[in-house]
Amino acid sequence: MEGWKGASVNQLVWKRTQLISIVVIALLLLMAILVNTTALRQQTWLRVLFGISALNFMLRASVPLILGALSGILCERSGIINIGIEGMMLAGAFGAFFFKVQTNSWPLLASLMVGVLAALLVGGLMGFLHALFSIRYRMDQIISGTVIIVLATGITSYLFDRDAVAQGKFGEIRIPLLADIPVIGNVLFNNPPITYLALILVVVLHVAIFYTRWGLRTRAVGEHPSAADTVGINVNRFRYLNTTLGGMLAGLAGGFLVLEAVGQFQEGMTAGRGFIALAAMIFGNWNPFGALAAALLFGYTQALQNELLLAGVTTIPRQFVSMLPYVVTIVAVAGFVGRVRPPAAEGKVYETEAH
Amino acid sequence: MLDETSTPLLFYSSPKLEERILNDQPVLQVNSITKRFPGVVANEDVSLALYPGEILALLGENGAGKSTLMNVIYGLYQPSEGEIFVKGQPVSMNSPRDAIALGIGMVHQHFQLVPVMTVAENIMLGSESVKNGLLDTRAVARRITELSERYNLAVDPYAVIEDLPVGVRQRVEIVKALYRNVDILILDEPTAVLTPQEIDGLFEVMNLLKSQGHSIIFITHKLKEVLRVADRIAVLRDGKLVGQTTPHDSTEAELAAMMVGREVILTVDKTAAHPGAAVLEIDGVAARDDLGQPALRGVSLAVHAGEIVGVAGVQGNGQTELVEVLTGLRHADGGHIRINGQELTNASPRQITDAGQMSHVPEDRHAYGMVASYDVAHNMVLNSYYRPPFARAGVINEPAIHQYATQLVAEFDVRTPSVDALAGSLSGGNQQKMVVAREFSRPLKLLVVAQPTRGIDVGSIEFIHNQIVSKRDEGVAVLVVSSELDEIMALSDRIAVMYKGEIIDIVPRSQATREGLGLLMAGVKD
Repeated sequence: MEGWKGASVNQLVWKRTQLISIVVIALLLLMAILVNTTALRQQTWLRVLFGISALNFMLRASVPLILGALSGILCERSGIINIGIEGMMLAGAFGAFFFKVQTNSWPLLASLMVGVLAALLVGGLMGFLHALFSIRYRMDQIISGTVIIVLATGITSYLFDRDAVAQGKFGEIRIPLLADIPVIGNVLFNNPPITYLALILVVVLHVAIFYTRWGLRTRAVGEHPSAADTVGINVNRFRYLNTTLGGMLAGLAGGFLVLEAVGQFQEGMTAGRGFIALAAMIFGNWNPFGALAAALLFGYTQALQNELLLAGVTTIPRQFVSMLPYVVTIVAVAGFVGRVRPPAAEGKVYETEAH
Repeated sequence: MLDETSTPLLFYSSPKLEERILNDQPVLQVNSITKRFPGVVANEDVSLALYPGEILALLGENGAGKSTLMNVIYGLYQPSEGEIFVKGQPVSMNSPRDAIALGIGMVHQHFQLVPVMTVAENIMLGSESVKNGLLDTRAVARRITELSERYNLAVDPYAVIEDLPVGVRQRVEIVKALYRNVDILILDEPTAVLTPQEIDGLFEVMNLLKSQGHSIIFITHKLKEVLRVADRIAVLRDGKLVGQTTPHDSTEAELAAMMVGREVILTVDKTAAHPGAAVLEIDGVAARDDLGQPALRGVSLAVHAGEIVGVAGVQGNGQTELVEVLTGLRHADGGHIRINGQELTNASPRQITDAGQMSHVPEDRHAYGMVASYDVAHNMVLNSYYRPPFARAGVINEPAIHQYATQLVAEFDVRTPSVDALAGSLSGGNQQKMVVAREFSRPLKLLVVAQPTRGIDVGSIEFIHNQIVSKRDEGVAVLVVSSELDEIMALSDRIAVMYKGEIIDIVPRSQATREGLGLLMAGVKD
């Protein structure tokens, strides 16, 4: 990766972490293929751990985390801390639901697309609000993020019409040929559209952040804003833009929950996913691929929780099993704090010298 | 129209210069620039011209208005009054982007480089080459290599900034300006962070740039450097241009007088030292920096009563950590520190100042030396407020503090409207005199002074240096840490040079030369 050339201690540690994650993912994949194509399938425990259903669940649970983490990356790479992902996600979910319900009579696809646009728009609005608080009004970014969460929780719960029903949701799109690959095809190439979009966005953002003019400027603004300012880059314009785009991605994560996963809106339906996404962003060291790996790990623990309860293979009380994803999140983030490196200017108001 | 200086002490006495002024068109000319900030006039009626292929030194003390003037020229500030001409055309600049487009580049005193990015990324930032929507890093790297060869500025386009030493980072900054095709280059205090050898290298580069037609404005407060490298010299004082001259026509003493507005004694008057018993004994001390990396690797040093030991070195070679360990602000991982024979390794700052009778003038007075939002009176008792007569039974005695502070302010010539003025409202020099007054006015056996004159005016420097020498003459052991080699040479009886967390050598002042110390600072020991 362009941004990680050279040999500082931090970077070496990070390179090793990358290597370990690649090995772990490869092993997981190998086990999944073995278990699902051989007689190992008969073993209940192996099926719980590596069965197709666990893998499918993992991906589904990961999508909002991936999108949420990408949202965080967009904001924080430009220097704005975004702990309000949860709120932006919830607002996006509500926006998607509201407009989906309004257009129930339209053809399904059109109505769903309206929902997606609404999710993007509402999320973007929340992102812009966060930027406005943080930049224009110099509010502490942690507080502003909290305000976003409280605001979204309150407004969505107030406006939510409990009798409204959204009709229909996105279905799977099977990609010809690729979907016929054993195991992998089933898991990766037979998904609804927002899932594909999330995976594509990981690649797009990686390229955009590390290999384009916009990305270079974004990183400079988040690391050393006065360096950007002295070569004529408008620091705050980049921060507004990126925080708004980040809000749109968080909104899309909410849209996924309503339009692709559940099909309806529920109060507080994000259930901490925004915070786990934040953890995935940190765990992934503010890199899109890192965030993807972290989101998949957290998604996998959710899948595991689900499979364990369904299969009834354990006598551990279900409350404890349900804690699994959160415990893993805490352990992962706690273990990695100090090894990851946030953008240096994160959370600091930039005041131009110009008078 | 060029001689609008208010008090031309010395002015264009060289015939060659006269000729040039009559014949050449300036590449850059500012006319009657005034820049006001709320309550302050930072520049007043300044007119200055820069000619093609010359090095113009802009000399002045901290706060004289050099940086403000340069920020006006670089488009960061808009002037309140006056005009700027570039190559004869009147211009108005709203951002550095405009300045760059007009061919003006600036190397800031605090480098404007993103530490986690590569050299190429930093250089192209804001002027990126893009091919098919993606950054064309290879084209940029080629251009950088070309520039480095042409101007003798070796940089590796793919190195990450944070892995590079300060001297190389400065080269990157210069290449960054040249990359933007500037022909006017402003260098803001470029020598502050360099070793003497690196300074020589920089001057060679400056001369090379000059010979290829670039014009350079060289901002500094170091007189020796000005005389060495400049073609012309302009002096600013209190926001006004007080005179222009050439190195040929002036001496250090004259320039200092122009800067300060009165005669200044540049050398410290001191007699030979009469060292007594060892007061501070440092034995094999090791410590780590804020990032957990080793910063001190077994430092041993003794300071005797009645002598000044200077610690020289390029910033970041462990000097800061050494002072912090000595004063109880940083944990020592190994070794021993004895003051007056008493073991005080890893003791608390108060134990050290009380039991060791040590005073500390910290390098960063804003962070450690004073409370900017307290008044001068309370700053004067930060190290003694808890004992009588300033506190009785835990209650502060304001009249006693007030009286004591008033006395110190007079004794140490701290220029303040009253002791009730906020410390933060004082000038840097007066803040430092306040810190020195507090620290020097108590029973003392050991004095640890870090960067005693950083960022303060020549007048205050003179005063503080004399105070340090008089403490020595009273029999106090003094350790002075400074990144200004001139200061170390002026004050010290012995000079210890730090390099990568070790004391690489200790030299008696009589045997020390700038060149020898410079080599030691770069880690070269024969």
